[in-house]
Amino acid sequence: MRTNAQGQRETIHKSQMSPSHLQIHDLSVAYHNGTRLALEGVSFDVPQGMRLAVVGPNGAGKSTLFKAIVGLLPPERGEILIHGTPYGAHKQCAAYVPQRKEVDWSFPVNVQDVVMMGRYGSLSWLKYPSKSDHAIVKRSLEQMNIGALAKRPIGDLSGGQQQRVFLARALAQEPHILLMDEPFTGVDAATQEGMLNLLDKLQTQGMTCIVSTHDMNLAATRFDRALLLNQRIIAYGAPAQVFTTENLLRAFGAHAMLVDGQTLVDECCPPDEHFQIGESPELERLEE
Amino acid sequence: MIEFLTQPLAYGFMQRGMIAAIMVGVLCSVIGCYVVLRGMAYLGDAIAHAILPGVAIAYILQGDILIGALVAALLVALGIGFLTRRGTIKQDTAIGILFAAALSLGVALISTIKTYALDLTHILFGNVLGVSNSDLILIAGLGLVVLLTILLLYKELLIVSFDPVLAATLRLPTELLKNTLLILIALSVVISLQTVGVGLVAAMLVTPAATAFLLTRRLPAMMVVSAALGAFASITGLYLSYYLNISSGAAVVLTATSLFFGAYLFAPHRGIVWHLGGRARRANGRTESTNAE
Repeated sequence: MRTNAQGQRETIHKSQMSPSHLQIHDLSVAYHNGTRLALEGVSFDVPQGMRLAVVGPNGAGKSTLFKAIVGLLPPERGEILIHGTPYGAHKQCAAYVPQRKEVDWSFPVNVQDVVMMGRYGSLSWLKYPSKSDHAIVKRSLEQMNIGALAKRPIGDLSGGQQQRVFLARALAQEPHILLMDEPFTGVDAATQEGMLNLLDKLQTQGMTCIVSTHDMNLAATRFDRALLLNQRIIAYGAPAQVFTTENLLRAFGAHAMLVDGQTLVDECCPPDEHFQIGESPELERLEE
Repeated sequence: MIEFLTQPLAYGFMQRGMIAAIMVGVLCSVIGCYVVLRGMAYLGDAIAHAILPGVAIAYILQGDILIGALVAALLVALGIGFLTRRGTIKQDTAIGILFAAALSLGVALISTIKTYALDLTHILFGNVLGVSNSDLILIAGLGLVVLLTILLLYKELLIVSFDPVLAATLRLPTELLKNTLLILIALSVVISLQTVGVGLVAAMLVTPAATAFLLTRRLPAMMVVSAALGAFASITGLYLSYYLNISSGAAVVLTATSLFFGAYLFAPHRGIVWHLGGRARRANGRTESTNAE
């Protein structure tokens, strides 16, 4: 496999031929108060249609990276190019699926209302959704297998259903780049598998998917590339190359340990988001 | 019975008071939905109290008191928006600072007015029976502007309230929308000055909308139900005020509060009784399923 630097050279070369991918160059993003950097000098390229897992300890800047890519947080330094042009030139290009805990589930909206919000970006001011917007919403709901839930208030849904609603909304945005923040946290195995299958399908349609996750097994087996992040980029490339003992030690520090020739990452604190179905909360086991 | 209802309306001041109270009730209840959903109840209260210095200055300069109130409310609303813009200061802190400052400034200014001719109780608790025809026109005009804005910006305000992250992703001008909402709240507060007064307007912004929140599951329905509750509370409150000879603003707010507690207890899905019933149903279901096994 090629090294990081070689990879970049290759993708830059590729971009001159078909500039349809995401390029991040020397990106630094500060926290709200501006005193500390959440991301520092991050550079990487994601070719179109690639499926990338972003892995790192809590506070590594995964969410910050996503929010910077969708243009939510202004960079201190560096640039983000989508299709070779700065973000903002094409506003419906990237869709962001938030973490479930960031959503107010008691808000009086139903499933269809939430998915329709994905269309608002392409609707001008004072305009109400058209027939084609409704059709796109319907299609997105069916794609996520939640057509029957269209009229249900979002507060009545299970965790997996809630995740699907927000994925359906992202689909309704018809993005080129799909960003999902911890989508596998707290969902059942069936929903997780369903989402991975959908990602397969989206990939064949040329959509770039960037997903943050704590599940390194998943990152290693179901993704084309992995990005190991801890404020800076620790490693980027094929998962097998990224998840080496050395890299994990660098990313997770004292939380990573060597046991019987395998690297274990201890992420028991802070707990709440790690307790999830089908996964041991304290230890994540890694194949080398 | 009919006479019971029509008799108070024989007076012109009662008719005007009734129309004003209904308009204000509907307006506050509709904009109040956003206040409740965005957790801005404290903000409504702050804007209401911020009116005081504006009223005092207008009085000293012998200008229109409503215009003074409007300017003060808008300044404080935008001031809060400005202080919290970069996230350096939390919103409740910014509100706490400006709220107290405006109130103090108001008290200081009023204490300089030697004559005290300005009737503070009217500002604090409203004087719905003193509404003039020109007041009615002003209330109707400003109220219409607020309601139309809510209608026209429905999807933008919905998205910026429910999911500011998506709003930013879609490149909506979130700051502008946030400030628009603050201005709408400020306008509603000023319009309510005459009917319920500074002290109680926060209740009109919050109580009917909170009641509607318990009764409905979708925003448009919540707004309609909230408006109906606001109108009902205003009408009932005025009759209570007339027959029991109590302050009109207080009567309106107390009626709205009774409705809220009714909903809190008995609302489907969200009421206390429903939850107790749900627990009982689940317990029954469990015994049945164990029996089946």
